[in-house]
Amino acid sequence: MPAVLSEPVVPPANGNVPSALAVEALSLSFGGVTALSDISFAVAPGEIRAVIGPNGAGKSSLLNVVSGLYRPDSGRVWLGGHSFAAVPTDRLATLGVSRTFQNLALFKGLSVLDNVAAGLSHRLRAGVLAQVIGLPAARRERAEAQAKAEELLAFLHLDDVRDRPAGTLPYGTQKRVELARALVSRPRLLLLDEPMAGMTLTEKRDLSGHIRAARDDLGATIVLIEHDIGVVMGLSDRIAVLDYGRLIADGTPDDIRNDPVVIDAYLGVAHDLEAGEGI
Amino acid sequence: MEWQFFTEVLVGGLLSGVMYSLVAIGFVLIYKTSGVLNFAQGALLLFAALTFVSLAERGLPVWAAILLTLAAMTLIGALIERTVLRPLVNQPPITLFMATLGVSYVIEGAAQLLWGTQVHGLDLGIDDLPLEIGGVLISSFDLFAAAVAGAMVAALTLFFRYTRIGLGFRAVADDQLAALAVGLSLDRIWTAVWTAAGVVALVAGLLWGARLGVQFSLSLVVLKALPVLVLGGFDSIAGAIVGGLIVGAVEKLAEVYVGPFVGGGIEGWIAYVAALGFLLIRPSGLFGAKPVERV
Amino acid sequence: MTDLALEKTATGTVRRLSPAPFGIGVLLIVAYGVPPLVASEYLFDAILTPFLALALAGLGLNILTGYAGQVSLGSSAFMAVGAYAAYNLALRLPGLPFLLDILLAGLVAAAVGLLFGLPSLRLRGFYLAVSTLAAQFFVQWVFNKVGWFSNDSPSGIVTVPPLSVAGLPLDSSAGRYLFALGVVTAVTLAVWRLVESPTGRALVALRDHETAARVIGIPVLRVKLLAFAVSSFIIGVAGVLWAFAYLRTVEPAGFNLDRSFQILFIVIIGGLASLRGAFLGAALIVVFPLLLARLGEALLGGLFDSGVLEMSQRIVLGLLIITFLIAEPAGLTALLDRAWNRICGRFRRAG
Ligand SMILES: Nc1ncnc2c1ncn2[C@@H]1O[C@H](COP(=O)(O)OP(=O)(O)OP(=O)(O)O)[C@@H](O)[C@H]1O
Ligand SMILES: [Mg+2]
Repeated sequence: MPAVLSEPVVPPANGNVPSALAVEALSLSFGGVTALSDISFAVAPGEIRAVIGPNGAGKSSLLNVVSGLYRPDSGRVWLGGHSFAAVPTDRLATLGVSRTFQNLALFKGLSVLDNVAAGLSHRLRAGVLAQVIGLPAARRERAEAQAKAEELLAFLHLDDVRDRPAGTLPYGTQKRVELARALVSRPRLLLLDEPMAGMTLTEKRDLSGHIRAARDDLGATIVLIEHDIGVVMGLSDRIAVLDYGRLIADGTPDDIRNDPVVIDAYLGVAHDLEAGEGI
Repeated sequence: MEWQFFTEVLVGGLLSGVMYSLVAIGFVLIYKTSGVLNFAQGALLLFAALTFVSLAERGLPVWAAILLTLAAMTLIGALIERTVLRPLVNQPPITLFMATLGVSYVIEGAAQLLWGTQVHGLDLGIDDLPLEIGGVLISSFDLFAAAVAGAMVAALTLFFRYTRIGLGFRAVADDQLAALAVGLSLDRIWTAVWTAAGVVALVAGLLWGARLGVQFSLSLVVLKALPVLVLGGFDSIAGAIVGGLIVGAVEKLAEVYVGPFVGGGIEGWIAYVAALGFLLIRPSGLFGAKPVERV
Repeated sequence: MTDLALEKTATGTVRRLSPAPFGIGVLLIVAYGVPPLVASEYLFDAILTPFLALALAGLGLNILTGYAGQVSLGSSAFMAVGAYAAYNLALRLPGLPFLLDILLAGLVAAAVGLLFGLPSLRLRGFYLAVSTLAAQFFVQWVFNKVGWFSNDSPSGIVTVPPLSVAGLPLDSSAGRYLFALGVVTAVTLAVWRLVESPTGRALVALRDHETAARVIGIPVLRVKLLAFAVSSFIIGVAGVLWAFAYLRTVEPAGFNLDRSFQILFIVIIGGLASLRGAFLGAALIVVFPLLLARLGEALLGGLFDSGVLEMSQRIVLGLLIITFLIAEPAGLTALLDRAWNRICGRFRRAG
């Protein structure tokens, strides 16, 4: 892939710990619409970092650039000790990065267990013939993947729906399955695009617990897009605020709460948002 | 002279390309409003030509035959829309496509069950004499067909630009929900679109019928239109026109300059291979930028 | 997902006692044991053998379209490649055992399928569907134009050598049926193992959400090409059966666009992404024209000539497709499952 410039470099540090993720001067536009404009920030390992901002601010675009689904017009992304002009999506899982999507992105026709086990696809080594014949290596590999998937199902309380086709589950459950699929590979960096949209209060509380556990117990660094300010304030270590593609603030929840620019651009309208908040 | 011969081939190709465009436009009309790649367009064309010829052969005056055929086409269009497409609304586009494949089987069978399977001659009163224009020989029938197709395109353009229904059509093509919200009647627009597609099918059917004879193989001209659509995009009338011209020219040139070396008969696939090669270089087709998939 | 077998083994443990293994056992015993005892030549030659070949082709297309979600309108091109490859292998390398011929013919078809699958790496949806027509028309043209493939036969129609395996002649109607059945059993078993394997799951993942599949590290390009190759391999083998077990001749006209559509219809009617679906769909496609002919004769007598029959077949086939797409998109498989559940329910209530 000639488009991808990958050179091991020391990423910009937060203090003296290397970042889990850093972006530098990212810009991206679609036709006349500026989705991202000169965005730079870094996320320390073990941090829960929220990204907030009004609709259309460029939050999803940011995650899409980090996961290589969008190619930025300029700027670089540091991941796992490598620097990329365009992140190679195919290598994302190997780099220890996984993500969920704003809109449900499950494999509807597969069972919940298979969906979650698919999150380990990048580790499979056996060839297709070995799988069809059922050579021991292929069987072992598969059994391991299933065992890990089962663990995750237990972790997220999904055992009951283990064999149901994912497409038949309620919305909130599907969101949880997607989280399980992203977590099963024990990623170093987990990107979540509105994991709680459309959930009830209890569901949100549960999921917040799971996300914190993913950091505490599984050791993941988390970047989280979320509209529910209450959840964001309670959950995150630091918050980045986007507005019209620009990074207008980046700091601790307390900094953000009291930042006049943020209040003007976003928090001032947050109450309206909460009521009719979209998916 | 070598150059003159080349021009002749090229012009002949471009003119026959206009006939491809005409078929392709029928697809575009339906695709733009309902997002359906209507494979039955070829069968509709066959049905239109067959109905017209059979009515005319039974002694009906031409105008009456045309009117009756048009009425039949509108009816069929409405029927397809109500009984096949509407129940499948919100299904993936490829399901709708397969449904129209089924529709084409039904129409082909019905047309021939109704009017018989023999080949009908169709004389539009245009002699196919070679005309000399600037030292280049051109078939006068091709010229006529191209003129009719051109007029057709112009008429459609005017229709969509200046009539209420036409404007409604464009609104629907841009955004169905918005169109609904401002109170446009989708029913009426769809009826109009299917009628327009029926008119296009009739005109194309008559031109192609005069050329090939009115018979089953007429429905296979749909296969000529597909590469045109792939080149020009499924939703662009301009694309259908330019794509048709390109396909026509490529086909004729290849037939003359490549065909003899490989045993001929390459017109069955050359357009596909050309369109495919083009797409591999420019996946977005002739026009338009490639959209970035949203996630 | 509609497949009983799939549900059962997805997890490696039997979750729910399903009738599948028992039913399949009975089915196999019946398929191998009963027809040779009772069937007439007509039943073998007009129904059973073509049914097997078409079911296998449907199985192959189902891998690509049902599981991997890539629509192909050019299946019969790969049948043709398989048939011609096997013919030429048998003709030019007479020393090779026929079973090896079949394997090689399948591999040739897979290679051609791989080639025509390349556009799938860049094209999607209708664009891809249309591009598969290139395979249809190009391949048909090649076999028409290049005399070498049909051993320079002036008519373009060639007769294939009589079927025999390991010195055992299988040229009777029953022999050809049993041979086809053997091949179909073996391939179906392998396909069943495939769709159950992680690779099979990857095919479905690709179909259901290509972007998500890419993000979690499924090698999307490789899996797509694999789907084309495997599918073409199976369809190629089906072509060998079509030529050697059913028709005993090969000609390009037999592998036209209508045949491709027929295979697609088998998959739609039978049920996408279901192994049983290919068999059910093929059974319906083979049997319904015969039923229609009988019915037409009974109702209309002499009026129902071959022309009328052909046209009414087209109409009924078209209506079947439309009806299934609207009323039962999951095909005969789902229909039968539902009927089966209802019968079981009734028994349970009665008992
Ligand atoms: N694939 C795309 N093609 C064209 N425009 C896009 C695409 N993706 C995003 N955009 C545009 O870029 C801008 C930022 O969109 P983005 O989805 O990143 O916003 P967001 O902050 O995630 O909003 P929301 O809260 O509604 O999810 C919007 O104007 C959007 O229309
Ligand atoms: Mg978003």
